[in-house]
Amino acid sequence: MNKSKKMLAGLAVMAVAAATNAGEANKIVVDGSTTVGPIAKAFAEYYMDKHPDVNITVSESGSGNGAKSLINAACDVATMSRPMKNSEIKAARDAGVLPIEHIIAMDGIAVVVHPSNPLANITIEQLRDIYTGKIRNWKALGGPDQPIVVISRDTNSGTYETFETLVMNREKLGEKVEYVGSNGAVRQRVMSTPAAIGYVGLAFTDGVKALTVNGVEASAQTVANNKYPISRPLYMYTNGRPKQGTPLCDFVNLSATPEGRKIIEEKGFVPKH
Amino acid sequence: MDAYIAASPKQRKMPPLLLSDAARRRQRIAAAVGNGFLLAVTSLSTLAVFFIFYFIARDALPFFRLEGFREFFTSARWYPSAEQPEFGALAIFAGSGLVTLGAAIVAVPMGVAAAVCLSDVLPFWARQIVKPVIELLAAIPSVAYGFFALVVLAPLLQRSGGPILSAALWIVGAPLAAIAAIVVADLAAERFPNRVRRPARWLIMCALGAGAFGALAVAGKAIAGLEISSGTNALNVSIILGIMALPTVVSVSEDALQAVGRELREGSYALGATRAETIIRTVLPAAGSGILAAIILGIMRAIGETMVVWMASGNAAQIPSPWFNYLEPVRTLTATIAGDMGEADHVTGSARYHVLFAMALSLLLFSFLCNMTSEWIVRRARRKAGA
Repeated sequence: MNKSKKMLAGLAVMAVAAATNAGEANKIVVDGSTTVGPIAKAFAEYYMDKHPDVNITVSESGSGNGAKSLINAACDVATMSRPMKNSEIKAARDAGVLPIEHIIAMDGIAVVVHPSNPLANITIEQLRDIYTGKIRNWKALGGPDQPIVVISRDTNSGTYETFETLVMNREKLGEKVEYVGSNGAVRQRVMSTPAAIGYVGLAFTDGVKALTVNGVEASAQTVANNKYPISRPLYMYTNGRPKQGTPLCDFVNLSATPEGRKIIEEKGFVPKH
Repeated sequence: MDAYIAASPKQRKMPPLLLSDAARRRQRIAAAVGNGFLLAVTSLSTLAVFFIFYFIARDALPFFRLEGFREFFTSARWYPSAEQPEFGALAIFAGSGLVTLGAAIVAVPMGVAAAVCLSDVLPFWARQIVKPVIELLAAIPSVAYGFFALVVLAPLLQRSGGPILSAALWIVGAPLAAIAAIVVADLAAERFPNRVRRPARWLIMCALGAGAFGALAVAGKAIAGLEISSGTNALNVSIILGIMALPTVVSVSEDALQAVGRELREGSYALGATRAETIIRTVLPAAGSGILAAIILGIMRAIGETMVVWMASGNAAQIPSPWFNYLEPVRTLTATIAGDMGEADHVTGSARYHVLFAMALSLLLFSFLCNMTSEWIVRRARRKAGA
């Protein structure tokens, strides 16, 4: 696995070197969160358009896998939707990697229900009770007499970990909770299930109804000014601080430029202020 | 070949089919190399099986050393990512068992009936068309099945699951009830004296038929009122897995039925048996072991399937209550392994990593057992047929 990755990387480097006569510095490998993936891909496209001699590949294998890749030196930039855990930082140090954190944007987790659901607002406590299984029927929240179909992201995803941290307060999810593998799948399930509730990144609320949480609407403003209760920063991690003037440095700092902010907004996230 | 051509110009006076010593040596070396190559390739695939066993067992055993056997096999609390992780896989074993049983309930009667129809009922030309079409089911990629289950079947079950289930009950139940009423009436009427046999048969048939259809109507109405709150559940997955196992069951049982041979069938007809009697009393028992092997192969197909269950089973780690409630979401071994693999690593806690291998080992052992059983059944049948 690792070996084949290295070989692929080697081949790509050779191809780039042959085409542009440049060295390995012009290749950037990005791996990690599926949430940050769209931003990283748009950044890569934009940057490669401006600098045709730079080659950037972006994979989305989950925040945890991104950290793993950085630790194994299989990527240059790890995109993550949560900060690195202490255990991961320790593993990185042991492997001789110094992870440096760059916050590139803000993301809110929207709580979504079927458009036909009469509910408009939910409190964090109610949300927690739904996910632990204490509240099992919409009637308890003033809705129709229907059992709630509770949908969560898989325990692998950064979205899950953020939800667990910001909402669940380390309480365990109930046994009836259904797990699905991506933001798009949560939206698909909620869109087709009248009694469902789920949580997704802000960019995934088309076709479903986003509830206000503690009376605050999930929007770009409320997330950027930290009013919305379930919001989080999105990260890129590099091995050491990238040197000024290198493509890697430019790429990571793209989020601070006006073009970068525009891209972030286009992808449904919120630029940091 | 090469050796012969190389040798031939010089040796024109030798007897035609003999090679020179040099050519023969070359040929022997070529044969040895060829055989060796084939042997290596064969042993490679055999070794692969042992290696898979070895590596999975090697990574599975540390889990049992860390956490012991008790929780894994007896607790239904599955919280591998919690701060105090719990690794109770009982609900996951139950989920795997439940969807496999469901798939068997869908695939076995339908598959065996289709096999009988193909081998003994349909004319030859129809069989030549229908069998490849059924086998085409096996060529559809599992992610396509999963997508269908998630996007089409799940919303459909949520919207009108009750009426659909009720219609399915009628489609399956009505012909069965009719056949049962006729057969039972026939058998019962034989006990009456000749004079009243005809009216008695009609009377029994009507009474039984009315009773059976009345029961169907009551059950159908009860089922039609069911509301399915979540369409990604054990029922959804069982239906899809059943369809996926169908080509295996049909194809292998049809081969078994074909292998029964003309003599047995003609013998049965010669004794005055009808086609139904021939199929039920002669052909099916003779092909029984082959059909059993087909069923086991179909079950293995269902239990090992990953993509469909990961997409459409709901992945809720719970034992439904009551246990046969197919309308509840469940979680299977394969989906758990696929879904939890990403984050589980030596870095993030080793029990969480090894528990997946413990599950893989359980699956592997089960499949191995199934495979051995089906091999044994087929071999025993072959010995019996030979004797």
